[in-house]
Amino acid sequence: MELHNAGENALMLYLGTETSPGVSARVQAAASAVEAILGEDLIDLVPSYASLLIIYNAYTTDHMSVSHRVWACLEQLSEAVENGGTTVVLPTYYHPEAGEDLEHLADSTGLSTDEIINIHSGTDYRVYAIGFAPGFAYLGQVDERIAAPRLATPRLKVPRGAVAIADRQTAVYPAVSPGGWNLIGRCPQRMFDPTATPTMPVSVGDRVRFEPIERARFLALGGEL
Amino acid sequence: MSLRVIQPGILSLLQDSGRMGQHRIGLTNGGPLDPDAFNTCNRLLGNSPGSTAIEVSFGGLQLESEVDTFICLTGAVMNLRINNIEQPRWEVLQIKAGDSINLEFAERGCRAYLGVAGGFQITPSFGSTATVVREHIGGLNGEKLGAGDALPCAEVRERERLYLNETQQPRYQDTATVRVIPGYQQHNFDRYQQRRFFSHGFTVSDRCDRMGYRLEGPAIECDIEGILSEGICFGAIQIPADGQPIVLLNDRQTIGGYPKIGSALSLDCAHLAQLRPGGDVHFAAITPHAAHNALHLAQSFQQRLTFKERRQ
Repeated sequence: MELHNAGENALMLYLGTETSPGVSARVQAAASAVEAILGEDLIDLVPSYASLLIIYNAYTTDHMSVSHRVWACLEQLSEAVENGGTTVVLPTYYHPEAGEDLEHLADSTGLSTDEIINIHSGTDYRVYAIGFAPGFAYLGQVDERIAAPRLATPRLKVPRGAVAIADRQTAVYPAVSPGGWNLIGRCPQRMFDPTATPTMPVSVGDRVRFEPIERARFLALGGEL
Repeated sequence: MSLRVIQPGILSLLQDSGRMGQHRIGLTNGGPLDPDAFNTCNRLLGNSPGSTAIEVSFGGLQLESEVDTFICLTGAVMNLRINNIEQPRWEVLQIKAGDSINLEFAERGCRAYLGVAGGFQITPSFGSTATVVREHIGGLNGEKLGAGDALPCAEVRERERLYLNETQQPRYQDTATVRVIPGYQQHNFDRYQQRRFFSHGFTVSDRCDRMGYRLEGPAIECDIEGILSEGICFGAIQIPADGQPIVLLNDRQTIGGYPKIGSALSLDCAHLAQLRPGGDVHFAAITPHAAHNALHLAQSFQQRLTFKERRQ
């Protein structure tokens, strides 16, 4: 573990160097512990793959005090148990009309589109981080057989709900936005709804499983093509 | 009752003190780029801290009042006219229904704050009214102000006509020295690159916005291209592959994967955000301890500002 000054009111805690469920579980456990120990002095936390950014109130405390408290609570952190979150099932309509890159991905990997769908929906993914845009969850790890690099030229408009792959990560686009990931399907479930409670169906540490659904079911659930 | 937008200018945004504690769902802070000018605006008006005001970037805002109230303009030097008569800045001004309020383009500085007695009455989203256009959140509908928008505010009959003495008003420059707290991924930049970063001047690029200020200068090389994506704090100075620094500000993305050479002091980010493209920037290293002291000194200075009352 490493703890660094990241700015006038921020510390960066590294809990590992790679993407793995174990490291992610440690990040989650550390986030809960830090939140509890800093209380009112905490402004915000940003958990990611292997790190936790801790933002504190520089007018009520300082970096020395925060580091001491963070180290103290980390020492008491029992071995993180890797089953904190819940499993969320996201229905997905996998089809070239909903995922423009599905056929191209089949060509480049030498697999059939059905095989890609089976592999993608046959894996549980961990929510490693949330960022980039409100509700954008980074999910990993995608089976190596269907991993694919980002497009050389990102699309200007990726539709809301697009299920996509970039390297060994997968995600659902929460809103229409530019993006360079490979689109393989579409999910009717809203990934960020400012009026809902909670606003997102997933949080960091949860697991996600994609469930293939037919076109009619996709439309019945409110999906748009 | 409201102030009506006749011309929104280049970029006018409703802002409160910012959206805190929402990074975990991917929401950034927003809020005023120059908190001192924003806070002073609310204090002069007798508003509660963080009341919603308009951040006017570059100028060009024209409003028509549909209510009797008081306004105040702080921050960048933008000529202010009410019914075509020039008015002082950093001063509480009475306006009547039917009055026109015009802000010309900035002569010095870049961000001005137009506040109203009681603040604009905007429903918060995620605990804040701060507008973040990229996220489509805050303000009226997550958008910058547009012609025809009605900005709700209360009718106010009484307000002390406070003003900030000219000797206490900030002077906006074309240059900024940005103090940087190192110690953060610094090992990815060798000594020579660090010296280069701290000893050369940089120019504000025309690609500078509320997300980050892109600077142009000698390319700073880093021995890695990217890092495992991680949280980005306010003021973080990213060095992408082209070696040109980006100082990340209020509307930054919450997570990113570029290496960072350090983090800018928030007080100096406010000065930076008052620079327009072409402005000069120098970086100076400071310790975390010195940064902490600087914050407290500035806060103490702010609290000691005294306002006078204009006798009519």
